[in-house]
Amino acid sequence: MTNKVDPPLSIEALRRGDRAEFARLVELYDAYIYRLALRILGNPQDAEDVLQETFIKALKHLPSFDGRSSLSTWLYRIATNEALMLLRKEKGGMISLDEPNPNDDEEQEPIQIVDWCCLPEEMLMNAETKKVLDQAIAQLSPALRVVVVLRDLQGLSTRETSQILKISEESVKTRLSRARLQLRQWLSEYFHQQYGLENLAS
Amino acid sequence: MTAHRPSCREMLGSLSEYLDGELEAELCAAIESHLSECENCRIVVDTLRKTITLYHQHAEEDPQLPAEVRLRLFKRLNLEDFLSHSR
Repeated sequence: MTNKVDPPLSIEALRRGDRAEFARLVELYDAYIYRLALRILGNPQDAEDVLQETFIKALKHLPSFDGRSSLSTWLYRIATNEALMLLRKEKGGMISLDEPNPNDDEEQEPIQIVDWCCLPEEMLMNAETKKVLDQAIAQLSPALRVVVVLRDLQGLSTRETSQILKISEESVKTRLSRARLQLRQWLSEYFHQQYGLENLAS
Repeated sequence: MTAHRPSCREMLGSLSEYLDGELEAELCAAIESHLSECENCRIVVDTLRKTITLYHQHAEEDPQLPAEVRLRLFKRLNLEDFLSHSR
């Protein structure tokens, strides 16, 4: 290992099928792609499958990469599509995958009014709560889950998210809003039950 | 003409953008005016903000790519020889 800064990836070399350059691409992005897949799918084995499929597809399609989006956006798009495909496949099978609110039903629910935001940090971020955070993400419909994962967990911009999902920036914002509101609802219910906080909605 | 003051439910859909600082000034003012008089909505805004913060914090602590997963990936792509150089 050296301390010198690596030169930027050469799109030309990647298009030509240069293996060393492809290895650099994989090494640069494999951790991001793995985390993205893990966050969407919630299962390390599925995440690994998506990781491998993403780079196999990338290798195959690099010669026709047109450079209109950045390489990272392009890779994220492949990975997101792979993850969604896997979710659809699982849903079509016998595996139970909760789909509690396929439509706008959550608009009809009472708004949870539980003042939990000032709970001490050790109550908000302990191992149990982290599990609840993951479970809440898993409860979102895939369309909302993907957006909140890209925006709030992977830290991508609205614009990047819209390019990855090929939907308008307005749709990204709408879905993100619905996802965040649902997560807030579920966390409010959890903290209400866990710590006996008053719920002003009832 | 008085500005339309949103009801609690009407406001909900704009809160995410409000917290991201992406909402136009006029709507921000309408929300803030509502919040100044509605304790329940203040709680909703505070807990929504905290929800987003918790996920940001949670994301920072996520596990790294396990070494064996990377090894299997490089093998699957026939790139093992490049992996050994970089580790």
